[in-house]
Amino acid sequence: MEVVLSLGIGVFAAAGVWLMLRPRTFQVVLGLALLSYAVNLFIFAMGRLTVGAPPVLGAGAEVVSVDDPVPQALVLTALVIGFALTALFLVVLLAARGITGSDHVDGREPHQAEPHPGNPKP
Amino acid sequence: MNAPVLNAPAVSAWSDHLVVLPVVLPIAVAGAMFLMDERRRRLKAGLGLATVLVLLGLALVLVGRAGEAVQVYRLGNWAAPYGIVLVVDRLSALMLALTGVLGLCALVFSFARWGRAGPRFHGLFLLLLMGVNGAFLTGDLFNLFVFFEVMLAASYGLVLHGSGAARIRAGLGYIAVNLVASLFFLVGVSLIYGTMGTLNMADLARRLAAPSGGDPALFEVGCAVLGIAFLIKCSAWPLGFWLPTTYAAASAPAAAILAILSKVGVYVVVRLSLLLLGAGLSEGFGQAWILAAGLATMAYGTIGILAARDLARAAGYAVMISSGTVLAALGTGSDGALEGALYYLLGSTLAAGALFLMAEILQRGRDPAEATQPVFADEYRDPFDDADATEIGRAIPAALAILGCGFLLCTLMLAGVPPLAGFVGKLAMFVGLTAGTMTASAWWLIAALTLSSFATLMPLVRLGIQSLWVPNDDPPPVLRPPEFAALAGLIGACLALALWGGPALAYAHETVRWLAEPQDYVRAVLGAGAQEGGS
Repeated sequence: MEVVLSLGIGVFAAAGVWLMLRPRTFQVVLGLALLSYAVNLFIFAMGRLTVGAPPVLGAGAEVVSVDDPVPQALVLTALVIGFALTALFLVVLLAARGITGSDHVDGREPHQAEPHPGNPKP
Repeated sequence: MNAPVLNAPAVSAWSDHLVVLPVVLPIAVAGAMFLMDERRRRLKAGLGLATVLVLLGLALVLVGRAGEAVQVYRLGNWAAPYGIVLVVDRLSALMLALTGVLGLCALVFSFARWGRAGPRFHGLFLLLLMGVNGAFLTGDLFNLFVFFEVMLAASYGLVLHGSGAARIRAGLGYIAVNLVASLFFLVGVSLIYGTMGTLNMADLARRLAAPSGGDPALFEVGCAVLGIAFLIKCSAWPLGFWLPTTYAAASAPAAAILAILSKVGVYVVVRLSLLLLGAGLSEGFGQAWILAAGLATMAYGTIGILAARDLARAAGYAVMISSGTVLAALGTGSDGALEGALYYLLGSTLAAGALFLMAEILQRGRDPAEATQPVFADEYRDPFDDADATEIGRAIPAALAILGCGFLLCTLMLAGVPPLAGFVGKLAMFVGLTAGTMTASAWWLIAALTLSSFATLMPLVRLGIQSLWVPNDDPPPVLRPPEFAALAGLIGACLALALWGGPALAYAHETVRWLAEPQDYVRAVLGAGAQEGGS
């Protein structure tokens, strides 16, 4: 289970980093989403991996293994915040696409020159 | 193991609840504002002004009371390691007061025109203040994350306030960088939880002070990852390339209040490295890196400000230099230097905020393309060529005179030239550094401080001459009453800092003395006897 989870986190993180460094804004958003999946799984794993263990102990329970509920609460918070901010980023991305007319992260196509007084029309 | 006592002694006096107000008040008012019709701008502006005034008053009360005792506010009255705590000590009270002054002036400035440049400005502004105040108050790493996110979400809205291609282009990069920084934050927090089993700062400090023989390596990795997140916020080199572009693109009041955001990063670095890494298991971890990052940030900011071609960009680099100075002073490990640096942080943040406001007034209505022209335009032409233009002379309108005075004071403040607070702060750092045996890091910091002073003075004087003295065809700048009030407030605060330099430095001295004793913080938050408890 540990190997599968760590491989999963690694693949998510690698794909996320690669996508985030791509020039198109949509790829960047997808990359950020994948990276945040990797980070959420990582937080979850920090509570140790257990199967079928109860998260909350009752009085006098004969339980050997307990699931730590705190990282799960942290993941929930992080998920909500990450989701909201990704949505916000999508809005900014659409605004950038609409105003600059390009979906490149720099707001212009790479072969175009920068708008410059000595260089009026690209 | 004994059953933990969950109920702490009840909070009785109503004045104890003042601690939570800097968080609750702005979010309540902001929530109400989002429900109001967008056309009721006057009502919103009035509500915003009243809230910010109350926040400033609260911060001053808390500064007064922080001198007597540390106040710990337990939400829902749950005892410290289990519940959420807000802690007011001298450092957090000081930062709250700084936020209050800057927030008030930036909001007043926005009454002139920027408040009308887009929807929901006042609500976002209050949400930003709530996040900043919460980050200064919280005693818990995960709540720090939540407050950081609130603050950042509001700042994304404020950076884009006023719209336009330049803002959206800069905002895209700003949001992407900060989303990645938040992911670093989460990884660091969860690593620390995974190794230490707690996220309460006082509890962490207690467990670190009484090591149970564990390997600190994984904890230190967590601290390092967390440090990256905060250094991105402080815009430390090489993580801070986003700052000057974003702040220069943002509207003036937004840029002025964003100047406090980088100081939130500085605050957290100071707080956590003195509390967690000051003594115990990982003593001194990362100190050399903080020193190096601080010096590199100062160097980068200095080179950047020399190359800056407009005032807003220069102000952005000034923010970087001021953050770098505090980081480097922290990295030297000298208490005296940190005192001076805290004092310097107050003055330089206020002056940088004022510079952002003035930049907008002076460059309003000018062609933004001017920023890409050669720096020394007059080098290439005969200075007497346009003699008739200069000799007619223009009466300096009052606005120009006021702006000139303000600009001069800001320049003196940021460059650290006598007689203003910038100089006093730098002098206090020199005294602190030379007090003990001189180390190599002390010499490096002294050199960097001196050079950055010279290098800040030059470009600011050049930009000032360009925008205030050189005769041109642009209409003279117009100074509206709210803009004047905001500038007068910020510059007045800078002057007050210089006039009452003695008490302010004494306060900084007490603050650093308190920060150097993390066990007092632990005792205040966890209660007496926690020291021996262990886990």
